[in-house]
Amino acid sequence: MRTITYSEAIREAMSQIMRHNPDVFIMGEDIGVYGGAFGLTNGMIEEFGAERVRITPISEAAITGCATGAAMTGMRPILEIQFSDFVMIAADNLVNQAAKMRYMFGGKAKVPMVVRLPGGSGAGFAAQHSQSLEAWMTHIPGLKVVQPSNAYDAKGLMIAAINDDNPVLFYEHKLLYNETGEVPREEYEIPLGKAHVKRTGSDVTIVATGIMVKKAMEAAEELEKDGILAEIIDPRTLVPLDQEVIINSVKKTGRVLVVHEAVKRGGYGAEIASMIAESDAFDYLDAPIKRLGGVETPIPYNPGLEQKAVPQVQDMLQECRKIVME
Amino acid sequence: MTELTPQKLKAMLRNMLLIRRFEETLKKLYQQGKIHGTMHLCIGQEATATGACAALTIEDKITSTHRGHGHCIAKGADVKRMMAELLAKETGYCKGKGGSMHIADLEIGNLGANGIVAAGLPLGTGAALTSKMKKLGYVVLCFFGDGASNEGAFHESLNLASIWKLPVIFFCENNLYAMSGSVKEMVNIKHISERGTAYGIPGITINGNDLIEVVKTTEAAVARARSGGGPTLIEAQTYRWEGHSRSDARKYRTRAEEKEWKMDRDPIVLFKNQLTRNKTMSEDEFGQLNDEVNQLMVEAVTFAEQSHHPDLNALTEDVFA
Repeated sequence: MRTITYSEAIREAMSQIMRHNPDVFIMGEDIGVYGGAFGLTNGMIEEFGAERVRITPISEAAITGCATGAAMTGMRPILEIQFSDFVMIAADNLVNQAAKMRYMFGGKAKVPMVVRLPGGSGAGFAAQHSQSLEAWMTHIPGLKVVQPSNAYDAKGLMIAAINDDNPVLFYEHKLLYNETGEVPREEYEIPLGKAHVKRTGSDVTIVATGIMVKKAMEAAEELEKDGILAEIIDPRTLVPLDQEVIINSVKKTGRVLVVHEAVKRGGYGAEIASMIAESDAFDYLDAPIKRLGGVETPIPYNPGLEQKAVPQVQDMLQECRKIVME
Repeated sequence: MTELTPQKLKAMLRNMLLIRRFEETLKKLYQQGKIHGTMHLCIGQEATATGACAALTIEDKITSTHRGHGHCIAKGADVKRMMAELLAKETGYCKGKGGSMHIADLEIGNLGANGIVAAGLPLGTGAALTSKMKKLGYVVLCFFGDGASNEGAFHESLNLASIWKLPVIFFCENNLYAMSGSVKEMVNIKHISERGTAYGIPGITINGNDLIEVVKTTEAAVARARSGGGPTLIEAQTYRWEGHSRSDARKYRTRAEEKEWKMDRDPIVLFKNQLTRNKTMSEDEFGQLNDEVNQLMVEAVTFAEQSHHPDLNALTEDVFA
């Protein structure tokens, strides 16, 4: 199979759907000839024209509200928010409008839109361009939250997100954009709400999200040298969450580490940990559930500090060894 | 422009009466403890809702505000289902889950009332984008208040609609108060319509209690939007007779001011006098119209009171499509 990058996978998903579904269009800042801040839309305006690859002013609130209004009247917009941090400016439009419209109107409206959100640290962009705020959005009933960790998933999840009749927040990690992987040429969907067992093991379950999946895979290889077999689960979507796959894995291994880049306090890892503790997997636990998350600071500019602010492979190794020893 | 036939003139008067009686009925029901929560009455503003919607077709769309009963009725809503929603019943527009501030009827182009000030403007802009991209030919009219014109969403939406020449009308009902904030204290310009200039949008200020002026101004804006001319900002000056909501003691304004608007500028009395003076309608006919509307209110309340509360299992329905 051919190999393409995470960026190319997302672009291909959008382009393939746009070729046969005239209701799908993209809007966002600098997504025209510039190709978007991260080049995700390179070449798209040339193929689809300025009507469907619609550059917008720097007006996150209005463009998010506008996408919502377009979605509820029959379009399927894909909105690029340049950095996921900026979605805070449009919080009303997502949280009070798009998320609630169907429910508060008694089931009449549907809001099929995708909001693409480049997030995460590691690129030296400092505190206002590097956050992982996905847990905020998982707290809002009515929003789906997707976090692909590799190129193959990115394409399949993007296609599922575009075809979904609800507002879907699509969190992309900036450091994954250039990661390559095998991606089929044809259109395929990865259903929202289906986790992926990335690696099977018997000693400890690592539930990792986003870029942490890649780091967890590296950690698992190291652990294997010590004779520790880690099972790695990538939920792929935070809402809806595939509880069953996680619970079954914990029942098998009896030990669990949840890891994400977002700040640990109030992070989505707390939700996963609680879900496990409340389930019948609790009786199978041989050690307390552990979480690894970002340090409780804004993301710093200094490269050393920036790296220290979020979990690394070494941190996972250390945690897993402790869990297994107990 | 559509011709203002006697039939159309009478229909508009009936619509204004319907809004007035509907809200008077709500007030009574609230005092009887039959409506919980809060509500925002638009008594005194019947001409803006009626006149603006009279310039639209059923395919055209509106976005509304927290003070939205008048807009909803003027766009053609069934008052029985509205009343049922206010009484939180399953037969209501939102199955009893939305209440006063969230009534929507997508089939007749009402994209919804809104509990967030100015939130309807970007939504309406998006609906107008759909019309343009799919070549559907409809226009969108966004109702909002003077208070909303100080929100960022107002400014961003006007800019977006202007650069994309979208078929949208930004219709400001300037009722002089944003809750208790007087427009004189909150805005340092003479007319809110001046704000259109900053975005290359024509702005016009009109007497919002003069029904015919509202209809004609809106019709011109609709024609401009439909022909690809882009958005228009209309500021219609009017007055909210009641307080902001049911908890408002109205300490921020004088009773003399209220009396002046009620006695001299009641949009219904003004329009009714116009119709009887020029013999479009007789006093008898007006009496009949009034009786008919009152009867409708009795039916609406009966329908709402006899309807069931939603099944408790409905709690988690409709979160996702």
